[in-house]
Amino acid sequence: MNIYWQLIWAYIKIGIFGFGGGYAMLTLVRQAVVEPGWISDNMFTDIVAISQMTPGPIGINSATYIGFVAPASVNPELSGIWWALLGSCLATIAVVTPPYILTLYSSQFIRCHKDSKAIKAIFSGLRPVVVGLIASAAILLMNAENFCPDRSLSQLLISIAICAAAFCLVYFKIPFKGKKIKLHPIFVIIIAGIAGYLIYGL
Amino acid sequence: MVNTQTKYWQLFSSFFKIGAFTFGGGWAMISIIEREVVDRHGWIKKEEFIDLLAIAQSLPGILAVNIAVVVGDRLRGGLGSFVAALGTILPSFFIILSIAIFLTPETIKSSKTLTAIFMGIRPAVVALIIAPVITTARAAGLNLKTFWIPIVVATMISLGVGFASDPILYILLGGAGGYIYHRISQYRIAKRKEDSQQ
Repeated sequence: MNIYWQLIWAYIKIGIFGFGGGYAMLTLVRQAVVEPGWISDNMFTDIVAISQMTPGPIGINSATYIGFVAPASVNPELSGIWWALLGSCLATIAVVTPPYILTLYSSQFIRCHKDSKAIKAIFSGLRPVVVGLIASAAILLMNAENFCPDRSLSQLLISIAICAAAFCLVYFKIPFKGKKIKLHPIFVIIIAGIAGYLIYGL
Repeated sequence: MVNTQTKYWQLFSSFFKIGAFTFGGGWAMISIIEREVVDRHGWIKKEEFIDLLAIAQSLPGILAVNIAVVVGDRLRGGLGSFVAALGTILPSFFIILSIAIFLTPETIKSSKTLTAIFMGIRPAVVALIIAPVITTARAAGLNLKTFWIPIVVATMISLGVGFASDPILYILLGGAGGYIYHRISQYRIAKRKEDSQQ
């Protein structure tokens, strides 16, 4: 039963300190769920991919998924759909409740102080930190588990090539029908999945 | 007030639609929420929406949910905010739940095809996270005084050295640092004024 309290506490913290949007939140989520060994870095990366391919915010998607798999991975006695479902519900409720209460009760306060220099100063201090948070998520996931699970050089090179190509696709604008557009992450993931199947699966 | 006529189920279904059809939360969702709430239903004026957005953004948590809460609260009070938040959350909750039932870590490991597909996807996910590092770094307007902050934060967190690698520590330090820096520069300005008066 302990795992459920841990899940709730982890996601309450993620909700309270989740500044800077989904990608910055990833670092908090990874710290909270990979460090205690609830899921592997591989699985965490897969969850990010699944979150990107399904509608909805990444914060909710990850809470629902990790809440689902964590109980059984920590304690085999808690395998079974109902235990998983309980974890899902608790983690999702935990991640939205604190910000919900804060938003409801402090919106008046913020409205009065939104031009306050002190609040602006706090956010100007947070902004560079958010850049560092996202960078650390990228660095931590750039690991052997994700890039060369079989420890071969060829696999590492293929992974680096996929990563570089995917970066170019999401970062640079591509000319399309006379307009310049940025490719949506979903298509990048689909292309990478097809590439993975063609390279490793056949 | 006209807005009190917004029905709960209308509020719910609007945000449910937004939650169900927007891929990638945050900024992708904002434009769609704006279209639904401001343009389509005319529940809120554009200027007020921007005002509410500023509030939602300055609070922690999931941006899309925060916006739903402030919009719901503005339109129908407490219950309105609950209904709007629930509408935003439920679609992703059910979609992920149905995926989680079929796609567990074990299913991926035991299927050769899925393993191959995810081996291709994982490096691409890393690229998806590198891209916002650069865009947020540019948006944050880093300069000579601040460019070291993200480097130190990223290094410390990546090293994985217990307490010193907890991201929450750096969020607290960043906020406190910004505030203290502001107070010091205020103090300096006040002192300079005093000096020049003497």
